[in-house]
Amino acid sequence: MNLENITLISFGYFEKELLEMVVNDVEREFLLPVKTQEGHMDLSEFYDPSRRQYDGNRLLKEIDFGYGDDTIKTLGIFNVDLFIPILTYIFGQAFLNGRAGIASIYRLRNERYGIKSDEKVFADRIRKEVIHELGHTFGLIHCQNPDCVMRSSTYVEDIDQKSHHLCNHCRLKLI
Amino acid sequence: MPKKISILIVDDEESVTDSLYNWFIEDGYRVECAENAKKALTMLESDIYDIVLADIKMPGMDGLEMLKRIKSLRKESIVIIMTAFATVDTAVQALKDGAFDYVTKPFDPDDLSHLIRNASKQISLLEENEILKEKVVSLENVEDLIGNSEAMQNVLKEIESVAQSNASVIITGESGTGKELVARAIHANSPRKFFPMVSVHCGALSESLLESELFGHEKGAFTGAVYNRKGRFEMADSGTIFLDEIATISPKMQVELLRVLESKSFVRVGGNKEITSDFRVICATNRDLKSMVEKGIFREDLFYRLNVVNINVPPLRDRIEDIPLLVDYFIKKYCMSMNRALITIDSSALKRLEEFPFPGNIRELENMIERAIVVGNGKKITLKDLPLGKTVVNTTFESLDDLEKNHISQILSKYNWNISVSAKALKVDRVTLYNKIKKYDLKPAK
Repeated sequence: MNLENITLISFGYFEKELLEMVVNDVEREFLLPVKTQEGHMDLSEFYDPSRRQYDGNRLLKEIDFGYGDDTIKTLGIFNVDLFIPILTYIFGQAFLNGRAGIASIYRLRNERYGIKSDEKVFADRIRKEVIHELGHTFGLIHCQNPDCVMRSSTYVEDIDQKSHHLCNHCRLKLI
Repeated sequence: MPKKISILIVDDEESVTDSLYNWFIEDGYRVECAENAKKALTMLESDIYDIVLADIKMPGMDGLEMLKRIKSLRKESIVIIMTAFATVDTAVQALKDGAFDYVTKPFDPDDLSHLIRNASKQISLLEENEILKEKVVSLENVEDLIGNSEAMQNVLKEIESVAQSNASVIITGESGTGKELVARAIHANSPRKFFPMVSVHCGALSESLLESELFGHEKGAFTGAVYNRKGRFEMADSGTIFLDEIATISPKMQVELLRVLESKSFVRVGGNKEITSDFRVICATNRDLKSMVEKGIFREDLFYRLNVVNINVPPLRDRIEDIPLLVDYFIKKYCMSMNRALITIDSSALKRLEEFPFPGNIRELENMIERAIVVGNGKKITLKDLPLGKTVVNTTFESLDDLEKNHISQILSKYNWNISVSAKALKVDRVTLYNKIKKYDLKPAK
């Protein structure tokens, strides 16, 4: 058992290069080794036909209880549309100061908004979302610094505005 | 550091409360949840929440009824109503009943963030408004603290040196010397100046009222306690509490006060929740606390806790040289407030003021000048405008001749040395009056 690492579990197809890039970024931000693994889960159980989306609350609990017993933090990456009961959609969520988080790439592609595809922008958004949700699991709350990855983002444009790094203030809180 | 906003989420669906809880906690808010209106109201009675997010459809009491009850508990609470079934009627009703806003579930993440941001802004504006009001009052009053005399300069130096610290201060001095102004000056020059200075006149309140005033009370704590009410200690959080006439508090209140000063925490009357507050204490008294301690009337431990620094404000009779300055200041102050042209004071009137003992100190002088401006001719304050005569007669003259001389002089001044009118007022003939003027060598004031 190695509690001193972070595990990223991908549910669905993800390009290897993309995951490698995310792993490097996460390692650099949290100074912990990161491993990836493929997850196999019947997502239909989490599907809500009335909203045509997947229940983020239940998926988060599933990741928390069912995965990553041997790591300090576990984050599930999905390519389906996530919701929580009160919100129309979420990019991801995590237990503040907890062990688990989830992130979805579904709404991160330009094509969803009728804009020309851009793989670089897409990859950039993914790493920011993953680092952001993991930041919450390390106890970081939303940051007011416009450049900090912990800045709250409700639209993809908000994600594009910030960097994929923690600001000094948030970094100090990690120590 | 900005205040941490507290949010209470009220919804019978656990998935909703969980979702909102997780969402807000990530934004750094203090969040608590209740599954029904009854529980929420109980929580609101014992704690203060800045924002309440409530579902409209709940078993038992619905969100609209709860909204009314919350508003009766704490008028300034911000309540946002949520519902899955939006109708114009319910939205209008909610807003009429005082809801801050009305949202339909599910809402966009951005809408939710905007809503809470607007509500937070409203809260900080309300608080800022209160603080600015306090600050304006403080700054206005600090200007009143004037004097070039050595005694007053020493007081100002003491204020300057003590202001930056957090030490408790006792301000002593006779009634009307400006003890509250000294307290305001300490507060206005301290790092706490942007937070309120809360004054409590202990002598004006009975023991039970003082207790409720200082510590606050819960709804139903006693007859007439229809609302939860914050106490003065709670209101003075981050600021200063000024306890005037501290010598008048009862032995029971002395014990309570000592406990609060030591722990900086207290419980509201009728409540059971410990509330902490970071305040600085400044007290004032016109009595000799030390001798009260020796007589066993005032607790020694409380005296030492309060008396870290003692500032004694001198009576006006010990700083006569400040009288012209103070007179000038009060003339300007009242001419401006009464919207009148600036007037001056007659030299003989000023001289008499300097000779007057002023048992009521600066307060008495201030009232005298205000009265003189009201009753005077609007150009110059003269002796006849000042109510000094009777007191001077009572305290200075012993012989009948002196008394007669003074009275005739006053009447002559009053009627601008019109002999006929003055003689008529004195009920003597003009010849007698001329003889008296000659006898006492009376002359009109220049």
